[in-house]
Amino acid sequence: MAKVDAEAGGNRPRLSLHVPEPRFRPGDTVDFAHLQVPEAGAQPRPDEACPAAETNPLCTDLIRVLGSDNQAHGPWNPNLTPDKLRLILRQMALVRAFDARMYRAQRQGKTSFYLKCVGEEATSVAATHGLDFEDMIFPSYRQQGCLIARDYPLLEMVNQIYSNRADKLKGRQLPILYSARSVNFFTISGNLATQLPQATGFAMASAIKGDSRIAAAWVGEGSTAEGDFHSALTFAAVYNAPAIFNVVNNQWAISSFSGFAGSERTSFAARAIGYGIAGLRVDGNDPLAVYAAERWAADRARSNNGPTLIEFFTYRAEGHSTSDDPTVYRSAEEREEWPLGDPIARLRDHLIALGEWSEDQHAEMDRELAEEVLRTTKEAEKNGILGHGLHHPFHTMFEDVFEELPWNLREQSEQAIRERKIKWPD
Amino acid sequence: MARLDADEDPVSLSEAPARDLNMIEAINEALGIMLERDPDVILMGEDIGFFGGVFRATAGLQQKYGKTRVFDTPISECGIIGVAVGMGAYGLRPVPEIQFADYIYPGLDQLISEAARLRYRSAAEFIAPLTVRSPFGGGIFGGQTHSQSPEALFTHVAGLKTVVPSTPHDAKGLLIAAIEDNDPVIFFEPKRIYNGPFDGYYDRPTKPWKGHPGAKVPEGYYTIPLGKARVAREGEALTILAYGTMVHVAEGVCREKGVDAEIIDLRTLVPLDIEAVENSVRKTGRCLIAHEATRTSGFGAELSALVTERCFYHLEAPVERVTGFDTPYPHSLEWAYFPGPVRMGEAIDKILEA
Repeated sequence: MAKVDAEAGGNRPRLSLHVPEPRFRPGDTVDFAHLQVPEAGAQPRPDEACPAAETNPLCTDLIRVLGSDNQAHGPWNPNLTPDKLRLILRQMALVRAFDARMYRAQRQGKTSFYLKCVGEEATSVAATHGLDFEDMIFPSYRQQGCLIARDYPLLEMVNQIYSNRADKLKGRQLPILYSARSVNFFTISGNLATQLPQATGFAMASAIKGDSRIAAAWVGEGSTAEGDFHSALTFAAVYNAPAIFNVVNNQWAISSFSGFAGSERTSFAARAIGYGIAGLRVDGNDPLAVYAAERWAADRARSNNGPTLIEFFTYRAEGHSTSDDPTVYRSAEEREEWPLGDPIARLRDHLIALGEWSEDQHAEMDRELAEEVLRTTKEAEKNGILGHGLHHPFHTMFEDVFEELPWNLREQSEQAIRERKIKWPD
Repeated sequence: MARLDADEDPVSLSEAPARDLNMIEAINEALGIMLERDPDVILMGEDIGFFGGVFRATAGLQQKYGKTRVFDTPISECGIIGVAVGMGAYGLRPVPEIQFADYIYPGLDQLISEAARLRYRSAAEFIAPLTVRSPFGGGIFGGQTHSQSPEALFTHVAGLKTVVPSTPHDAKGLLIAAIEDNDPVIFFEPKRIYNGPFDGYYDRPTKPWKGHPGAKVPEGYYTIPLGKARVAREGEALTILAYGTMVHVAEGVCREKGVDAEIIDLRTLVPLDIEAVENSVRKTGRCLIAHEATRTSGFGAELSALVTERCFYHLEAPVERVTGFDTPYPHSLEWAYFPGPVRMGEAIDKILEA
């Protein structure tokens, strides 16, 4: 048997393993000609109640509203008022100002870790405006924009990042892993994609109770490779759960490009086709398109027409986190050459083209926001910064493991308090 | 002599008429009562709806409470647990079934990293009040994929409660308490004793639950608090710490050998009734720990450490463990693997002779 196989093998082609490789590495000249960027306004907008299959072409297309002429085009134009557009612009700019200040705070040793979302502000801020306030957001770790879009106090965010005595999560969570029930923002896990089945469960529960709230979850494109992603979509499809799955395709998962999550064969939105649910692929740097797509999916879910998978096609303009050095693995030109531009600049230019905004107003707004953020961080520092003593009392470490303190945690709590007197005598 | 600690239960059992039920019937009754009492309770799992579950634990419940309260799920343990966490966050009390404990592993991350820590990481903004029911343990020729006892994994995780009933009476009261509990609970059902109190003598006919004191199940609602052990048998010679099927194996051995052992049925591993353990071991001075799971790093190791730490000066013999072997459960050799009367008898002799 083995002998026959060996003989037959002589004529067979040698198998080879394909290991994906990004197009550009450090030092490479960047050319994004391979990216199909369709005309703004050219994509059809099916009715929210359409059969899921009608969205199949939109899973590989790219929904765009803002054209290179800075005007809004086509059926996906949400026709927002100038006031609403200015609000979205302001909140995106606030996210950027917040990120800049918090990044600096990490470098100054005031906290251990921070994650920016530069270039992706529309995927959280504009998307959140497409939802109702009562809808539950199941975020990943780069959705600070969802909190800001729901007017969550910046001071609470900084207290959380500094893990100080005013951190309402009692200094337990890594910086930026917020929880904000007051604005319907679910507690963030560090384990990837776990929030997706949970969002499905929340949406199913809402449907079981005959409620009208829906659930919207965010996940990075890299995390779509997790089993939880597929469990979540299976359940959502099976029970027609009123859920939205936002995949933020920012091209990079730390140093692994989107090819390692399967982007070489098809889009992430196209995964919807296999589940028989609606799918939309959206220019993630176009705040109007992001808003319109999220609103479409929300209306669809709310009218019992089921879940939607949205891919926001965007670019992570900065490193993964304060612990990352993107210059080691990607071309420095990528950010500058990204063909879909910057979401804040695009909305700014649109408002200017409408005659509703000016360069001066924008500069003044940026100044105001930087001051607001600085004021807030100074206020937060009064409550302490990481590792400088102003933290929650030790006994809180043992709270909330269970609803009630069992004997072993009671004993361990007493131990921690005893040790304190030895380690830190007053 | 089995003894029910009726006087310690919050609801007096004496007034409610009791019938003899087997453990499946008792579990079914508990689920039905909770579906009736609390509109936020929902059941879900593979084959649990129309069919009523492969062990029939949910039989008739979908027909009575409807498809949105009791429903089948895709074959995805990660999905079942993850969805239940989200439902808990909404405000429901989901009771997911994992068809066999051996299949709980694809759902582990959702249990360990999510359900267990939701309260902690959100400072109690969100909780996961789910009760994961799952048949566990061997002795039914289930081979290495239908026989495992993974309870120790869960007891190691901060934030999870682990419950194992050993009688129909306890199964009903503990399950109701678990569903009402605001923390995530893993409820392991010893499937070998679903239909009768198996005493470990595999070569003898199995007795049905009928007539067993633990099969007297009061009608209606009652709870048995989590964290409260039961003295299954009073004695002076040694203490046997056991749970699930092993309580009955211990009872059988003591009966056969005429050993005056005190058997503590732990009922819940987390929270553990440390007082009941300490009181008994201090009284008898000798301790044997019995579980079906593999030995190394099993829950018996934790019990042994606790007994040694807290009762050392009362001990007159080293603590002994009677457990499964450190191998997967072998299909054809399961009675060689099972920690039955021979293994337990030897351990008892060793302790008493020391």
